[in-house]
Amino acid sequence: MKGFVARQLSKFAGSMLVTPLVALLLIFVVDFFTIPGFFEFRLINNQLYGSLIDILVHGSPTMILAMGMTLVIATGGIDLSVGAVMAISSSVMCIMINPSIIGLNLADPQFIINNPQYTWAPLFLVFTVPLVFAAICGLWNGMLVAYWHIQPMVATLILMIAGRGIAQLVTNAIQIIIFNDTVAYVGNGFILVPFTVFIVAGVFTVAWLLTRRTAIGLFIESVGINSRSSYYAGINEKRIKLVAYAFCGFCAGIAGLMVASNLRTSDANQIGLYTELDAILAVVIGGTLMSGGRFSLLASCIGALVLQSTITSMLSYGVPASAIIAVKALVVVVVLLLYAEQIRTYGRRILAKLTTQTPATQEAAQ
Amino acid sequence: MPDPTNDIIVMTGIDKTFPGVHALQNVDFSVARGEIHALVGENGAGKSTLIKVLTGADRPDKGTIEFDGELVVVRSPLYAQGLGISTVYQEVNLCPNLTVAENLLIGRQPKTLGFAVSWKSVNFKAREYLKQLDVDIDVTQPLGSYSIAMQQMVAIARALSVANAKVLILDEPTSSLTEHETAQLFAVMRKLKGEGIAIVFITHFLDQVYEVSDRVTVMRNGAHIGTYATSSLSRMELIRLMLGRTIADLDDMTAHKMAASHHIAADSLIQADNLGLSDSVAPFDLTLHSGEVVGIAGLLGSGRTEVANLLFGVDKPDSGRMTMDGKVIHEFSPAASISRGIALCPEDRKVEGIVSELSIRENIVLAMQAGQGWFRRIGTKAQYSIADKYISLLSISTPSADQKIKNLSGGNQQKVILARWLAANPRLLILDEPTRGIDVGTKADIQRLVVSLAEEGKSCVFISSELDEVLRTSHRVIVMRDRAKASEFSGEVDEKGIMQAIAGSES
Repeated sequence: MKGFVARQLSKFAGSMLVTPLVALLLIFVVDFFTIPGFFEFRLINNQLYGSLIDILVHGSPTMILAMGMTLVIATGGIDLSVGAVMAISSSVMCIMINPSIIGLNLADPQFIINNPQYTWAPLFLVFTVPLVFAAICGLWNGMLVAYWHIQPMVATLILMIAGRGIAQLVTNAIQIIIFNDTVAYVGNGFILVPFTVFIVAGVFTVAWLLTRRTAIGLFIESVGINSRSSYYAGINEKRIKLVAYAFCGFCAGIAGLMVASNLRTSDANQIGLYTELDAILAVVIGGTLMSGGRFSLLASCIGALVLQSTITSMLSYGVPASAIIAVKALVVVVVLLLYAEQIRTYGRRILAKLTTQTPATQEAAQ
Repeated sequence: MPDPTNDIIVMTGIDKTFPGVHALQNVDFSVARGEIHALVGENGAGKSTLIKVLTGADRPDKGTIEFDGELVVVRSPLYAQGLGISTVYQEVNLCPNLTVAENLLIGRQPKTLGFAVSWKSVNFKAREYLKQLDVDIDVTQPLGSYSIAMQQMVAIARALSVANAKVLILDEPTSSLTEHETAQLFAVMRKLKGEGIAIVFITHFLDQVYEVSDRVTVMRNGAHIGTYATSSLSRMELIRLMLGRTIADLDDMTAHKMAASHHIAADSLIQADNLGLSDSVAPFDLTLHSGEVVGIAGLLGSGRTEVANLLFGVDKPDSGRMTMDGKVIHEFSPAASISRGIALCPEDRKVEGIVSELSIRENIVLAMQAGQGWFRRIGTKAQYSIADKYISLLSISTPSADQKIKNLSGGNQQKVILARWLAANPRLLILDEPTRGIDVGTKADIQRLVVSLAEEGKSCVFISSELDEVLRTSHRVIVMRDRAKASEFSGEVDEKGIMQAIAGSES
């Protein structure tokens, strides 16, 4: 039994989850001593409130982006366009609800405001069409990278810049306010915990099954480490890349819907702004190498939570929102230090001392 | 033989071991002033390791180096440069976007007032350096605007000018040059030789050895085979020395092989008619049967690997056709080949074989999984049992199947890659240099494995630089020369005939 625990423990110590978890724990420990009531929950109208809940709500879009980004980075690529794709998906969703802007007006504005059940397109299309568009954006990126051999940074930069323009075009550069209750529920609803948490769990489950219960995960890692060897081993490395980028676009689409629903508006200028950087940071904190290879979806999600907890705690301290980016940078430096080889060897030495001592002392006690 | 007192470099008893490979075994090597000394040998012979020891990139485990009559310890490439040993590598490692003059004088530009670069004198000096090589070009143009040969010249000019070079090492300088450019390079080499500079010339083009060198040193399997005056060594003899006949470890394989030959199927498995790809390999005919080992012999660059790449679908042929079981193959790609039952163990293990960060288990199941597609995943338990099976079958020495493949020695890595292809259960297994850079024991293991695979009814193509190895394992031998099929030998081993075919008609 002891041996089993030790084995599981050493397996965990070798896994990618340790570093991001340690980082998250450090933040929580600091918060525990410095922010009164940080871990308190209040139940109001059958809904939980508290700082931890805030972290989950606001961290949800980043977690979803990070999962898509993880697969892209694992293939050795990068996707800078996720923020712009978020804007596109939110604009497409809003135009599906209320297309009056582009002249397809069917009901008068007062009617829309007074009827919170109204959507122009059927509700399921309101949710699926934007996701299809987002996935197409991802496919476009994947095509440029895998089949046209454009550097991922450059290839996705194209959509990063063009995407917001496309989003503006869709809504005629007008912010469309969301009056529909169901749509607004996605980003604001509660079933004890925020509804977005269920979406994150759903995306995680799908992504995990897709990568770990099929061979796709292994192929992504293999392509990221050595794409030529993978090609010789019979892996269609282009198609693997295409799938990774398409999934990343799809995730960005979901994140876009979430944010637009939360804000109850389509704002092509603001939705998803700079989120590509958060997503990349979350993946880095999660321990996936920027050069590709081994990845962990869960570690990336925890990485996103590390980022969000920093922001939430800083807001609790009263740091102005505009200065938070600087603090975020500090957290990134600390986490990267945790990954540095020198500090790792030091930590391993301490761990080795602890593990060799415990059985010995136990035997001595017997 | 030149006068020994004229030697500028004398390396004695150099020994170097890398994990899993004895790269240099008690090697003696000397170079005299004013000679062009060719260094030849197949891949893995130890040429580059010897040069690395000489230029300070690697430290020898044993042995001494004398330079200009004095015992030296070459600590670093910089130290070697200080001594006057300059090296020009195969790939020109200069900056193509800088001008020729900048490339020549980068880091030591003449300055006025102590800081401002004086471009006038930079360009003047650059022109002067090039003039020593009888090269007259516009030094203010970017280096990239000139041909590879000219860039090579600039690299040589830089190598000569950085230090007061007494020894110039040229590592495969002609591999990307045209005939005319090569002649240009040789003219420069002869001129430098006339000035008393010793030149070490590494090449795998034997014509060039005879054209330009005074002496030739042959290396094989990390050992110094001999140093000869080029004019007194026949071409046949040189090739025999390079390819070698290792007496060690000869077992009853021939008998084994002959017994296996009874299993050779009458019908062909693969038939290539006039299959070829321009700029790669000239159209060739080839028939492969189940239960047969077909060896492909030839020197490096003779088109061996290109044949393998065509058969495996890495390259798409632009002429001829290939049939398998009588059906014409239209789709050429590794993935399609694997599903068809063709496997290739590629030549460059590091670049085309291993996936360094993945475990042994994952490396082994990779091709099998690729053959099964994305969605029918091989369960983790099944993966372990496959991996453990091959670890014991091929006696791969590792603590566990979870070890990353990059932590294994070269020989064990090669076994893992072999296991990957055996696990995919191919009908045709193409092995391109499967024994390169690995120890003798593992070599014998792999040779034996190939023969036993044929016994089981698989068809094997065995490509190797070592003629001996090809002869021992193969029922039939194809000889490649100058990127074309030169001839085919079957039945009784005709070693002399094969060597003649490898060397070409001139000998």
